[in-house]
Amino acid sequence: MTDELHTFVEKLKEQNSSWVADVADALGEVTVTVPREHIVDACRFLRSDQQFDLLADLCGADRGPEEDPRFEVNYHLFSTVHHRRLRLKVMLTEDDPHVATVTQVWRTADWHERETYDLLGIIFDGHPDLRRILLPSDFDGHALRKDYPLRGFEPYSLN
Amino acid sequence: MATAVENIGANEILDSALESQMTLSMGPQHPSTHGVLRLDLRLDGEMVLKAIPDIGYLHTGMEKLFEYKKYQQGIVITDRMDYLNPLGNNLAYVMAAEKLLGLEIPERAQIIRVLMCELQRIASHMVWFGTSCLDMGAMTPFWFTFKEREKILNLIEAASGGRMTPSYFRIGGVMMDLPAGFENRVRQFLDNFHDALNTFDTLITGNTIWHSRTKGIGIISREDAIDWGLTGPSLRGSGVDLDLRRDNPYTGYETYDFEVPVEQDGDVWSRFKVRMRELVESHKIVRQALERLKPGPVKADAPKVVLPDRDDMRKHMDALIHHFLIVAEGFNVPPGEVYHAIEASKGELGVYMKSNGGPKPERVHFRGPSFVNLSALPVMAEGEMIADVVAIIGSLDIVLGEIDR
Repeated sequence: MTDELHTFVEKLKEQNSSWVADVADALGEVTVTVPREHIVDACRFLRSDQQFDLLADLCGADRGPEEDPRFEVNYHLFSTVHHRRLRLKVMLTEDDPHVATVTQVWRTADWHERETYDLLGIIFDGHPDLRRILLPSDFDGHALRKDYPLRGFEPYSLN
Repeated sequence: MATAVENIGANEILDSALESQMTLSMGPQHPSTHGVLRLDLRLDGEMVLKAIPDIGYLHTGMEKLFEYKKYQQGIVITDRMDYLNPLGNNLAYVMAAEKLLGLEIPERAQIIRVLMCELQRIASHMVWFGTSCLDMGAMTPFWFTFKEREKILNLIEAASGGRMTPSYFRIGGVMMDLPAGFENRVRQFLDNFHDALNTFDTLITGNTIWHSRTKGIGIISREDAIDWGLTGPSLRGSGVDLDLRRDNPYTGYETYDFEVPVEQDGDVWSRFKVRMRELVESHKIVRQALERLKPGPVKADAPKVVLPDRDDMRKHMDALIHHFLIVAEGFNVPPGEVYHAIEASKGELGVYMKSNGGPKPERVHFRGPSFVNLSALPVMAEGEMIADVVAIIGSLDIVLGEIDR
């Protein structure tokens, strides 16, 4: 099954070889690491030419404060036509956690990106309305970061 | 979570006396919002110009909590997400972990999983049906649907010991085998379920008031539905033929014979019809699963991951040691990342799980169908009447426990 997925990766490379930084094939899933400056172009190409029309999920992950690059953003693409899944990955450093938004490619990215911003502090440049979504707007810090304690820094008051 | 001023903007909030427009904050305690959803509505008379869902009132930091719990402890947290479909959440979570571990699940356990998931889907749709009718003022169906749901909850309780929080599926199989007489109880439920479906049809499906409240309301086109990431019955109501049970099969769904209902219009009525037809299909799958149930093991042969039976622990030293180690230290999961998606009752429930080789996951992310479906609410609600917003929320079948996590 992953052979078919590799043909998408080949097409991506054919289109522009600089879009693909790394390809990993594990547990029946293919992960393509895309340099962050090319993520929108790569997504747009996969959506319009390779029929990945549904962005199933977008989520961030913190690899830990000692890691470099520290953050990753995962794009889980799905196609309603050929029913294949592909994961794109963008690595971000702690000093510069910026990546361009894909809301103009799939509008469903809107809330996913807001959630990732809210919980991990990753900034999606060009997002139309990048605000906190789950936590209150005056919440301090980003709760899903590894250096954020499970119980928070101090009792949080809703006043 | 934000205020109405943050959502809609201070300039628009300030209504002057001569203007016909106003801003209304609907919720979070409004009964028809199915939990603690708040909507900021910008209205012109009764027409909705702008609708902005405001979520987060039920946020409990579950994704953070997963990182501090062992893999097997995480199952309990998943019960609390979509509390109308807990077995679906269990399944998505344990299957992601099983994929990382490379476990082979015995056939009987797989059939039990399908059987229980489809029963749970019927129970979940019963709540949707009852409450969405209730939202629009039809109170009677609610009592009938909750009666049917009660029967399913009793079955789930018989198997797992819990009604709303079963945690029945475990990494490597199911908690324990089905109790004696369970199959007959399911058969009894199935035999009476057609009568119940007929009752619902008599009460609602042919009802003219229901038609006028649902037809042509809250339309989302096929293209918009895909663009906004709708999945499940809400997507199939817009004419997209997609069901992960058929298109990305898991736990042996490819061997069952069922149809995928699709409706073309994309309105509340279409989504209603899709779910009603799904009830019949789930009923069919449960019956097939019952016929396939053959005696056999219900846990994978992986002593370091799967808890041994109580009886083995009394007789075998190694079983006792394994039990102690799993409970005290957990088990190490090979490093890697997976995204596993299942067709939950509300749409695609995806789990992104990342392991760093230890007994606790490095990251668990849930892609809740309710979360994504709700984000498309403005597309459906804008331009409609305020009373129809309630109908549209009902037709999306959202659960705030899953949205806020």
